[in-house]
Amino acid sequence: MPAMSDRERLHALLGEGEGERLLGALRRGLTRRELLGLLLKGGMLAAAAGSTAGLALSAHAQTPRRGGRLRVASAAASIADTLDPAKQANYTDYLRGCMLHNGLTTLDGRLAPQPELAEWFDSADARSWVFRLREGVLFHNGKALAPEDVVFSLLRHKDPATASKARVLAEQIDSVRATGPREVTVTLKQPNADLPVILGTHHFHIVPAGTTDFSAGIGTGPFRLKEFKRGLRSVVVRNERYWKPGRPYLDEIELSGLGDESARVNALLSGDLDLVGGVNPRSVARIKATAGYDVFVTRSGQYTDLDIRQDLGPGASPDFVLAMKYLFDRPRMRDAVALGYAELGNDQPIDPSHRFYFPGLPQRAYDPERARYHFRKSGLGNTVVPVVASPVAIYSVEMALMLQQAADGIGLKLDVKRMPADGYWSTYWMKSPIAFGNVNARPSADILFTQFFKSDGPWNASRWRNPHFDQLLLLARSESDEARRQQYYADMQTLIHDGAGVGIPMFLSSLDGHTTRLKGLSPVPLGGMMGAAFAEHVWLED
Amino acid sequence: MSAFLLRLVARRVGLALLSLLLVSAMVFAITAVLPGDAATEQLGQDATPEAVAALREQLGLGQSVPVRYAHWLGRLVQGDFGRSMVSDATVSELLSSRLPNSLRLAAVTAAISIPLALVLGILAAVRRGSWFDRAVSMGTVAIVSVPEFLVATIAVLVFAVHLRWLPALSYASDISSLGQMLRAFAMPVLTLCCVTVAQMLRMTRAALIDQLEAPYIEMVRLKGATGARLVLAHALPNAIGPIANAVALSMSYLLGGVIVVETIFNYPGVSKLMVDGVAQRDIPLVQACTMIFCAGYLVLVMLADLCGILANPRLRHRR
Repeated sequence: MPAMSDRERLHALLGEGEGERLLGALRRGLTRRELLGLLLKGGMLAAAAGSTAGLALSAHAQTPRRGGRLRVASAAASIADTLDPAKQANYTDYLRGCMLHNGLTTLDGRLAPQPELAEWFDSADARSWVFRLREGVLFHNGKALAPEDVVFSLLRHKDPATASKARVLAEQIDSVRATGPREVTVTLKQPNADLPVILGTHHFHIVPAGTTDFSAGIGTGPFRLKEFKRGLRSVVVRNERYWKPGRPYLDEIELSGLGDESARVNALLSGDLDLVGGVNPRSVARIKATAGYDVFVTRSGQYTDLDIRQDLGPGASPDFVLAMKYLFDRPRMRDAVALGYAELGNDQPIDPSHRFYFPGLPQRAYDPERARYHFRKSGLGNTVVPVVASPVAIYSVEMALMLQQAADGIGLKLDVKRMPADGYWSTYWMKSPIAFGNVNARPSADILFTQFFKSDGPWNASRWRNPHFDQLLLLARSESDEARRQQYYADMQTLIHDGAGVGIPMFLSSLDGHTTRLKGLSPVPLGGMMGAAFAEHVWLED
Repeated sequence: MSAFLLRLVARRVGLALLSLLLVSAMVFAITAVLPGDAATEQLGQDATPEAVAALREQLGLGQSVPVRYAHWLGRLVQGDFGRSMVSDATVSELLSSRLPNSLRLAAVTAAISIPLALVLGILAAVRRGSWFDRAVSMGTVAIVSVPEFLVATIAVLVFAVHLRWLPALSYASDISSLGQMLRAFAMPVLTLCCVTVAQMLRMTRAALIDQLEAPYIEMVRLKGATGARLVLAHALPNAIGPIANAVALSMSYLLGGVIVVETIFNYPGVSKLMVDGVAQRDIPLVQACTMIFCAGYLVLVMLADLCGILANPRLRHRR
């Protein structure tokens, strides 16, 4: 097969991980120009970039096989599992939701919105958005997709009775109207250039108008619901009338939630499962050592951060905050704690794979001398400073202990308080003067900044107040010009890096274990299994 | 005799109801003390004060704990377990999908472990001091000292990952033939037997030895009875009381305490349901599970006592 030799050439050229990432991107239809950009951003030589772009055609030519049954397990299982897109709360819900439903848009490998049920969308002022719906799309019950389905699916998030998880995001919607036989106009209260991104997230999946009982799982998605057992498993079968020609490849998927990591990995290696999420870096060697199994790495935007409240306690001194930031030995944390499955963080929340990442910001390094200088200036002296961590904030206990060791070296006494996972978010996070938190990848920079860094943001954990930042946030939100937005977001990343009481030492990769028969996975930085949307992209080889 | 038994059963049922009431009040009080409630747990990272307040209102968490308890009790008396706070199902629906699985697993385990434990226990008692007795005693102590997650994990590594004889997961819903059931249940049952057999076996052996050393057995021997008759007809009936109690304890453990096995094999039973309920602060679900476990325990212990009385001629004929 020519595709195989191309793949080998690509691996030789770029290394296995990068090669696979590019192949996936090419298969999704990345243009030559975008590919060149991607490679140059990764520090690739232009020559290599050119020869790789030539592979685009053959990557497409790698023919997926149709048929087969895939057994998948994610880490989350809960009695709160739901078939209502608005109420989805855990990763298993998202995975199932992406099998059954489509959104108006979908997010690609750089979290940019791409047309999905809307074949075209545009806005002149970022306030009034027009979406033109695709023709010939059928719901699982045979009904054709119409504008009123979109109107219903979007507006129900604003109704308190829906108890939508996306209600805060939906608040900005002023009206949704059918403005033509295949056209929907969404008007916002204020301009937001990211609306197509927001509508590409799982909660905004489209359901038939008037649905009140979601137990049948009716959507337009690649699979139809066959069985749903709350907290246990779902079975979906191929939607023969799916609107994407040739998709999906699989006949059937069985999705279960299996909380215990070693049980998941054992079930994978015993042949009872084909794909498992939430693999611990410590299991990677075991999976790779077993013939027929491999690990798929997604560099995601998820991070574990140190939140230092700036309104009370030691964090009131900006020097103390800086001292703490200089005490992170990031490369060592990445290698020792995450076993290399992480990207270095730079005390700002946009990860390197994001389209608005600002590469010009100098990396903050481990610098005990500077830390000592700022610590002295803070005048804290011999006070013992408590730092709260918990296993529920991934790796935070290990990170806290490394921080404690580094702090010892400059005469700063940290007292690491390890708290149980149960009740951590409601009791310690945001409440203790210094505590570790964990933030899941968010679909857009705007959402991340608004929720976690705006002065009145609900989870502004360090109580950072910066009017200039708030201003830039609003400017960037209403700006449709990509280049200008890039500039605003770069400035905002710099402001957070310099001033906020948040230390972000690294971005954590998501690891999925899978049989090597499974093909077609490509990373989406929202999380593992292509940001939950893997179902229609993968196939099983013989 | 029957009047005596009836009185006993009536008294036991009355006490059981009182115990259930006390337990429910305690569980309600304890869950009220846990940090966070259903609203904050459900919202997690999305828990803004407004969202929490709205959800609390919706879930009826605004009322005080005693008021909520009274409401819950009132509904329970009418046979209504209430609605789950976090899922869009009623507690009865959740339970009815899981309880049969737990009962099935318990039944299969009991069917294997009880005869095994009794036979081994009786043989060990009869031949006490022999190599067989010592091997059984040592073996059971060794097995009961190994935590069940280790037994389960090693079983999975050996039989599923390396030998590939058995499935690593047991989905109760995929079972349509006897062969499938044997394959799916083999490892969970093996793990549970390791825990339960040891307890019952040791209790059987101890109770029987106690009887075999009693003076009346000397009398039986002088009468001329030997071997099986001596043990089964004379000593064993007197030992059934403690043995039945040990069996009842093991069985009540199988009903609600097998969380490790359910987690490792992804078996859809009630233990996991209850732990899930606690983690999500779903009080109606936790309460219902507690009531079921507690009632199951009380019924089993009562049955054990009845067994002891009916099997024991002295208690049976008491005036």
